[in-house]
Amino acid sequence: MISLLSKPWPWYVSGPAIAGIMAVLLFFGKSFGFSKNLSNICSMLGLGKQIPYFNFNWKKQLWNIWFLVGSIIGGYIAVHYLQSPDELKLSSATIADLQKLNIPFDGHLEPGAIFNWNYLHTGRGLFIFLGGGFLIGFGTRYAGGCTSGHAISGLSNLQLPSLIAVIGFFIGGLFTTHLLFPYIFK
Amino acid sequence: MRAIFRAFKYSIIGILFGIIMTKSEAVSWYRIQEMFRFQSIFMYGIIGSAVVLGIIMVAIIKEYRLNDFYGRPIHLAEKDKRWKKYLIGGSIFGMGWALTGACPGPIFVLLGQGYTVMLITIAGALAGTTVYGLLRDWLPQ
Repeated sequence: MISLLSKPWPWYVSGPAIAGIMAVLLFFGKSFGFSKNLSNICSMLGLGKQIPYFNFNWKKQLWNIWFLVGSIIGGYIAVHYLQSPDELKLSSATIADLQKLNIPFDGHLEPGAIFNWNYLHTGRGLFIFLGGGFLIGFGTRYAGGCTSGHAISGLSNLQLPSLIAVIGFFIGGLFTTHLLFPYIFK
Repeated sequence: MRAIFRAFKYSIIGILFGIIMTKSEAVSWYRIQEMFRFQSIFMYGIIGSAVVLGIIMVAIIKEYRLNDFYGRPIHLAEKDKRWKKYLIGGSIFGMGWALTGACPGPIFVLLGQGYTVMLITIAGALAGTTVYGLLRDWLPQ
């Protein structure tokens, strides 16, 4: 069982599994939306006193905070006990494209050349991790949801606003990948 | 006691989420690049199959007016019918998604995997959230 779970999962297993998480949360009367937690944390930190947007009862969202805590533990468990022995099967076209940007493919989930503290000391690293984080926080709260809230929950409920948001995700992602990356990584 | 049980329950669901996100490789910076370059069906297959199954589940919930575990009708939030905030906010998030290769969930999953540099991304995300909270009334919605 463990060895079977440790193998890389095909997409047609992972996708339904993610839908399963949504189903379990719905069954317990909750809705699947991770980025709400960013507001929850700001509210927990007491920002509601100064900023009305965070002035809500975060205790009603405590379940979501526990979900977040669980997701950290889940990441730990997955890499320590369910680690795949195989390299990531990234498409050769992507490997070639990234090579042109001097980003080596090392077979791991994340490029080790980028995901480390030394890289953060470069302006580029700070822009990617701190700037990227800022855009994620600002953008998901502005759009009222992220991949879980809009792409999964919203589209499952046939919400047109969620489709508009997902189109936005791709406008921003395609712009950054195809027009900004050549400048950032050259 | 109920609070402890609740914490335990949602932590377990979160743990499953973390494992699924890792094993699906949806937390992979490389996979997100592959997606935004349209070079594999992989990420589209994950999101697509999740949504197709989700649509079927939601349709069943609505058709049979299913109740949740506590006996209350399952409520599915309707998003308000404006579009600017979805398009602009979505595009801003998309930029962050391409840069870091992570959406809000995976940032925390990656932290658990040992990528402690994600603490900086979490700090950035909280800063972005705070700035949105400050500017909200002046932004087109």
